[in-house]
Amino acid sequence: MNLVAENLSYKPDEQFHLNEVSFNFEKGNIYTILGRTLSGKTTLLKTIAGLLTPDTGAMQFEDKDFLKVPVWERNIAMVYQQFINYPHLNVFENVAFPLKQRKVDDQLINDEVTKSLKSVGLEGYETRKIQELSGGQQQRVSLARSLVKNAKILLLDEPLVNLDYKLREQLREEFKNIFSQGLSEDSIVVFSTTDPREAMEINGEVIVLDEGKVLQVGSAKEIFENPKTLKVAEISNDPPMNILKASIETNKIKFEEIEVELPNHLSNLKEKNFNLGIRASDIKLSDSGFEFEVELAEISGSETLLHLKRGNSRIIISIEEVLNFNIHDKVKISFNISKIYAFNENGVLSSSPFGGSYV
Amino acid sequence: MGKLYKFLKYFFITFWAVFVVAPFLWALTTSFKDFNSVNGGATYIPWVDFEPKLEGWRVLIKSPANGGVDIIEPYFNSLFVTCTASLISIVLGTLSAYALSRFTFKAGFVKNNDITFFFISQRIMPPIVLSIPFFLFLGAINLLDSLIGLIVVYIVLLMPIAVWIMVDFFNKVPREIDETALIDGCNPYQAFFKVVLPNSIPGLIVAGMFCIIFGWIDFFFAFILTFTEVQLLPVKIVALNSSITPWWSLSASALVSVAPLIIVAFIVERYLSKGNLSGAIK
Repeated sequence: MNLVAENLSYKPDEQFHLNEVSFNFEKGNIYTILGRTLSGKTTLLKTIAGLLTPDTGAMQFEDKDFLKVPVWERNIAMVYQQFINYPHLNVFENVAFPLKQRKVDDQLINDEVTKSLKSVGLEGYETRKIQELSGGQQQRVSLARSLVKNAKILLLDEPLVNLDYKLREQLREEFKNIFSQGLSEDSIVVFSTTDPREAMEINGEVIVLDEGKVLQVGSAKEIFENPKTLKVAEISNDPPMNILKASIETNKIKFEEIEVELPNHLSNLKEKNFNLGIRASDIKLSDSGFEFEVELAEISGSETLLHLKRGNSRIIISIEEVLNFNIHDKVKISFNISKIYAFNENGVLSSSPFGGSYV
Repeated sequence: MGKLYKFLKYFFITFWAVFVVAPFLWALTTSFKDFNSVNGGATYIPWVDFEPKLEGWRVLIKSPANGGVDIIEPYFNSLFVTCTASLISIVLGTLSAYALSRFTFKAGFVKNNDITFFFISQRIMPPIVLSIPFFLFLGAINLLDSLIGLIVVYIVLLMPIAVWIMVDFFNKVPREIDETALIDGCNPYQAFFKVVLPNSIPGLIVAGMFCIIFGWIDFFFAFILTFTEVQLLPVKIVALNSSITPWWSLSASALVSVAPLIIVAFIVERYLSKGNLSGAIK
């Protein structure tokens, strides 16, 4: 049976934390909730867990009214973004805690805990105290504790966000392995993240959430190729997709006194004025391009993010090498016009390079 | 600059230490003196300045008929009242503190913080203000001059301390720990007893110690609310302070009466210096 929610709303103060959220999660699948901070991801996960009761709406799981089942009877597991473990117990006792609570036989507890600790790479740490572990190891303990239960629903609330870069990469790989091997056919995994790359890598069904509202649901590929609105395009790209006010005049696209060829996929566009969207990676430095002024240059890993300005428009481009720029330098850039998105004046996708349209 | 600073630092530390310890040393030496040594001027070093005698300490265990100071019964009264009141205060205070820290209460304009303040406000009023209602109240329920009556009053005085310390402590235990316990199959009571409480032991110890200290040293209510049947130690010690009781037995009694607090202070100090309580008290 699926986990089905209908019109969940939760409004503890002036703002909606959840606004008419509906979903249908099938067993054996991974769902990624993608949204910025305060978009309602944690609220949604806590609602599924039963730690919060929504003001309105319904939720069903295995033919039961899930909202009426108390947390401790829901058979779920949850990993928080803070590394939450029981500080008074050692690593083994931490992982064994949910099984002990179920009064599982001691021998079985021993086997299961050992297996679970092995799957997160923590064998040999059984008798350590939680405080003696690094952040990454603590997060693995809480992951092991949630895996050991064989829960029907596994909730992961930004589990990688508080880790440093290297650990995050490492643990993300492990997540993928665990998801691909260890996941049983009848459990649902819900993973929340602010990082679009993470959502793409996990490669499950993506739910884009903003201000408590579901903006789009689809495969990672679908969200990447055809973001439904400007907002989705912003949230699902890092750096956010560049948006420019543009107009079409006789087979040319005009913006900020720049004219480029009208690409084929935009030729049927009805409106004259539209919002042009283009990813940072689809803009390149080019001597024959258009002049922009450097506002900021950030070096991130092996790439350089350039914040550029021309007229009233600001854009970000990413260059796949480390380059030094000074503020107010002039650079010339060219646009990959075959990758231009068009959003109408209400911000809805009217044409994408991949053929999608929501108008 | 460096040397002067160091000199001043140690000078003041030494000065303060002497200032604090001197009365204890004074009482300690006096307790080993007899009539001649006490009246022979200020002397401090046993065997050199004066000949130590154990008379002051012997009277502690002698019966009053044989000239003893009769502090054994008040001692056990005090122990019983303080420990019982502290224990009840800790149990009730911890439960209320957990509720105040985790649940949202609302009755009109009264919210969690107002309730916490209400608890603490019991300690803001000067004791003299509370004494009259307490007196009348205990009189009405026939508990004046009884151990039970004193325990009731002490719970009123000690529970705010427990609530105050424990609310602060629970606020620092992440809510997510309780939530994880619920997710792992504990009902709210199990989550509290199996997870939250074991992680709050340092807080419980500090709250307990403060309750014991404040309960043990209270003179005012013990004085007002008892007459002849029941006597607590602080009242007894003050009563001894008369011309009949010799200085040496008075000193010995006073030292015995503060001994439990010195032990408590050492335990608290040990916990504090371990650093695992750094957040427990402000």
